[in-house]
Amino acid sequence: MIAIVDYGVGNLFSLVSSFKAIGVEAVITDEEAVIAAADKLILPGVGAFGDARRKLAETGMDKLVLREAQKGKPIMGICLGMQLLFEKSFEYGTHEGLGLLKGEVVTMEGTVPQTHKIPHIGWNSLIFKKDSPLFSKIKDGDYVYFVHSYYVKNCEDSLLAITEYGAELTAAVAKDNIYGCQFHPEKSGEVGLNILRGFAAL
Amino acid sequence: MITKRIIPCLDVRNGRVVKGTNFENVSDVSSPVELGKYYSRSGADELVFYDITASNDGRKLFTDILTQVAENIFIPLTVGGGINTVADFDRVLKCGADKVSVNSGAIRNPDLISQAAEKYGNQCVVLSADIKRVDGQFRIFAKGGREDTGMEAITWIKRCVANGAGEVVVNSIDTDGVRGGFDLELLKQVCDAVNVPVIASGGAGCEEDFIKLFREIPTIDAGLAASIFHFGQVKISHLKETLKENGIPVRI
Repeated sequence: MIAIVDYGVGNLFSLVSSFKAIGVEAVITDEEAVIAAADKLILPGVGAFGDARRKLAETGMDKLVLREAQKGKPIMGICLGMQLLFEKSFEYGTHEGLGLLKGEVVTMEGTVPQTHKIPHIGWNSLIFKKDSPLFSKIKDGDYVYFVHSYYVKNCEDSLLAITEYGAELTAAVAKDNIYGCQFHPEKSGEVGLNILRGFAAL
Repeated sequence: MITKRIIPCLDVRNGRVVKGTNFENVSDVSSPVELGKYYSRSGADELVFYDITASNDGRKLFTDILTQVAENIFIPLTVGGGINTVADFDRVLKCGADKVSVNSGAIRNPDLISQAAEKYGNQCVVLSADIKRVDGQFRIFAKGGREDTGMEAITWIKRCVANGAGEVVVNSIDTDGVRGGFDLELLKQVCDAVNVPVIASGGAGCEEDFIKLFREIPTIDAGLAASIFHFGQVKISHLKETLKENGIPVRI
C-alpha cells in the first residue's frame, strides 16, 4: 500500500485516481499508523514552499516522513513535494527543507532567457542523466507535464533527468530510497502512469 | 523543448457533450468520459470542459460527470462555465479539475481572480476573454459574447494577469465559427502585452490555420478548437504529425 501524505495542501484527487488506474492501492492519510505501515510514501505539494513547509511542521508530517526515510522506505516527492526534500528554498525568503537530498530551490528568473515565460507550463521532454527504476517503463525524450516557477539546483548528487527550457532544469531526482519528480506524473498521460508503475514496483 | 499545445474544447449540457459526431471506437459520442478518453488517446494535450447548463440540477450532473472524467483521463483538465465565486472554484477542483476558467464571473466581480489566485495559485486561474472589434477597438464581451462591456480588451487582460490569472484564452468573436483562421492581429497584441501563456481560440478551420498560428506568433502557447475536432475535419493525431513536419514542436 502507498500512503499519500496529507498535510493540507494540494488537490490529491488525480494522484489517487492514477494509482487506481494502474491497480495500486493508495490512500490519502495523515495517520501515523497508516504511514508507518505503508510500503511507500508519496509527498505531494502545490503552492508556495514556505507555506507548505509550515504545514508539514504543524501537522507533524515532517518528522514522520524523516523517520520513514531513515528506515529506508521509498519516498517520492512530486512538484513542490520534490522541492521540499532538499536542503533549502529561496522562494519568498529563505526556508529550510527536509534535507533528505543535497541541493537548493531557486527561481527560474535570471536562469531561463527572457523569451521564456515563467511559470514553465506545459509538456516538455525528459533528458535522462542516469538510469533509474522510475524510468524502466519510459524512454529518453518522453514528454511530461510541468507547472512550476522555481527549480532545484546544485543537486548533481541525485540528478536523474533534466528538461530543456532555455536552460537545463532539474526534472527528476533519486538517491537511495528518496525519489522526486518536478513534473506531474498524474497529469502526464501514459508516460506519467508508467513512472508511477516504476515507483510502485520498487 | 517545450511543445505547443493542442486543446479540444467540449461543451457539456446536463452532463452530456452537446456537439459530436461519430468517432472510431467511441460507443457514446455524448459521453464526456468516452470523448475525453478518445481525445486523450489521439494526442490532445489538455481538455477543456465548458458547462453550459443553466439549472442547478444540470450543475450537479456536470460535477458528477467531471469526477468520472478526472478518474479516467490523466492529462490536465480545465473547467469553465458558471464560475462566479471562489466556492465555484472549490466545487470543480474537488471533482478533479486542474484549472478553472473565468469569464463573465470576473467581469461581474473583478476581485474573483485575485481571491482564487491567492487560494489556489495563479497556475489554477485561467482568464477566458471573448473579444470583438467595435469602432476600431478590441472590446471585451460578456454573457457568452452577447453583451458589449465597453472595456478595451488588452487593458482588461493585463489587469486580470496582474491580479493573478496564470493563463489567458483569447476567443475572437469576429473569427469564431467562420473557419477562416485564427485572429492573428488580436493574438499578437495579447502576446505582446502579457508574459503568461496565451491560448488561441476561434477561427480554426483546417490544419494550415494552426501552422500559420504557430509560425506567425512564436510566443503563442496553444491552439484551442471545438467543432473542427468534434466533426472530424481535423484529427488531432494527424494535425500534430503535420505540425511536427513543419518544424513546430509538439508532443507526439
